Amino acid sequence: MKSHVAHWAMAPALAAALAAALAALPAAAETAPGGVAFDGGAVAASLTGAPGDATAGATVMTTNALGNCVACHELAAMPEVQFQGNIGPALDGAADRWTEAELRGLVVNAKLTFEGTMMPAFYKTDGFIRPGDGYTGKAPTAELPPVLTAQQVEDVVAYLLTLKE
Amino acid sequence: MRLPYRSKLAAASVLAVLAAGAVLADPSPDAELVVNEDIELVTRVAPGPAVEGVLTEVYSGWLYRETETRAMQMDDFDNPAMVFADQGLDMWDTVDGTEGKSCASCHEGIESMKGVRTSMPKMNGAATDLWSMENFINDCRTNRMGAEAWKWNSNDMKNMTSAISLQSRGEPMKVSVEGAAADWWERGKEIYYTRYGQLELACANCHEVNAGNMIRADHLSQGQINGFPTYRLKDAGVVSIHQRFVGCVRDTRAETFAAGSEEFRALELYVASRGEGLSIEGVSVRP
Ligand code: HEC
Ligand code: HEC
Repeated sequence: MKSHVAHWAMAPALAAALAAALAALPAAAETAPGGVAFDGGAVAASLTGAPGDATAGATVMTTNALGNCVACHELAAMPEVQFQGNIGPALDGAADRWTEAELRGLVVNAKLTFEGTMMPAFYKTDGFIRPGDGYTGKAPTAELPPVLTAQQVEDVVAYLLTLKE
Repeated sequence: MRLPYRSKLAAASVLAVLAAGAVLADPSPDAELVVNEDIELVTRVAPGPAVEGVLTEVYSGWLYRETETRAMQMDDFDNPAMVFADQGLDMWDTVDGTEGKSCASCHEGIESMKGVRTSMPKMNGAATDLWSMENFINDCRTNRMGAEAWKWNSNDMKNMTSAISLQSRGEPMKVSVEGAAADWWERGKEIYYTRYGQLELACANCHEVNAGNMIRADHLSQGQINGFPTYRLKDAGVVSIHQRFVGCVRDTRAETFAAGSEEFRALELYVASRGEGLSIEGVSVRP
């Protein structure tokens, strides 16, 4: 496919549109929410097949509409982030307490590590009661996406792995 | 290998909770709510039957607010909700509808509404449905005045519920959960503990287990409704009980129930029973 595309010498706008469409599709190696393999609460394999980007992970963790981890967790490593919540434990030193696989499992679905925990599952698409379309308060009109993409989960895991004391 | 980590973590978070608890669980231990240097309101009481063994003490949301916000509610000249209660008071005497009547035509002065807020919601006259104050108001408007029903969260409705709630200021919350109301109460309780939405959060996660803790910039209260209708500074307007419920359920990434729905009336009854003994503050001020 790819080599044909190159031969067609597409108009740049069309090429850009196609590239954007391809980027939106899950990469071939990506694990779908239903296909994640757990060992207890841990998930050994990267959801994207590649390591994440810690800097992007920090953004996901502090953005309200994304992970918003700081809504519930304090993190001394991010002193610039105002208004950190204290519902869960402080995340500093998380990488000393947990392995990479355990951290990935915690972000994907913390309920398999801590039964009944308040922490939401960030890479799960079923089993909800009255799920909504994001924060609109309305029922979803299309298939429910996970709160975070596979890439975002891996980015968060990469950031968590930097939390050593 | 995993267990030791976890017990270490558990021990650490117990310590953290203890340390934070001393400061936050009862956030304003000395604050006393006295309005206009005259009306003393009860903001902390021993748990009533609905929350016996569940909460150690029942707190008004007022206690969790910053000093400035608390102060606004202590003087009616500073309380922005009073303007709306005044508009409701004007409406009380305003004739509307085909029958040529106002509220005052049947009920005389609005002081006759003293105590009404404390028992809401309750079964209607025919004992066929659980009604919030909004339902009773619309019943009068449509059946006795020949006027149009007001929308649940319309300004007219919120002005009127503000004016009526104010008549019960200082009276203790006490809803009936007996007889036909018992089934509604059970249903409300079930809703309170159901983890809705993609974030799978129940009212209890935030307002029972984490009252006193911070969720981002918000200091979580027990989610009591004794202060409603409330003036919300963030919205620059009066907020009804069901409006607040809609907002909280939406924040769990859930499909909410509608204001006025059976679900929210049942939930209102249950939440009201959790606040038994707290003074009606209506109208209160919240951030
Ligand atoms: C609504 C609250 C909430 C949100 C949002 C939340 N967590 Fe948690 N988290 C908790 C709680 C509570 C615990 C403790 C587990 C328990 O006892 O239930 C926890 C535990 C953890 C732990 C293990 C604790 C440790 O430090 O050893 C990690 C790691 C973690 N969370 C990471 C995250 C990340 C990353 C995000 C965002 C992508 C996030 N959490 C979002 C509530 C939350
Ligand atoms: C994700 C957390 C969360 C959940 C879940 C939640 N709330 Fe809230 N609620 C808040 C926050 C934050 C506030 C504003 C601060 C406060 O008063 O706690 C609030 C405020 C309230 C208030 C206003 C209290 C006052 O004194 O002004 C009521 C009433 C309330 N919630 C009821 C509920 C009910 C009932 C449910 C379940 C249907 C619920 N909440 C679920 C976070 C939540």
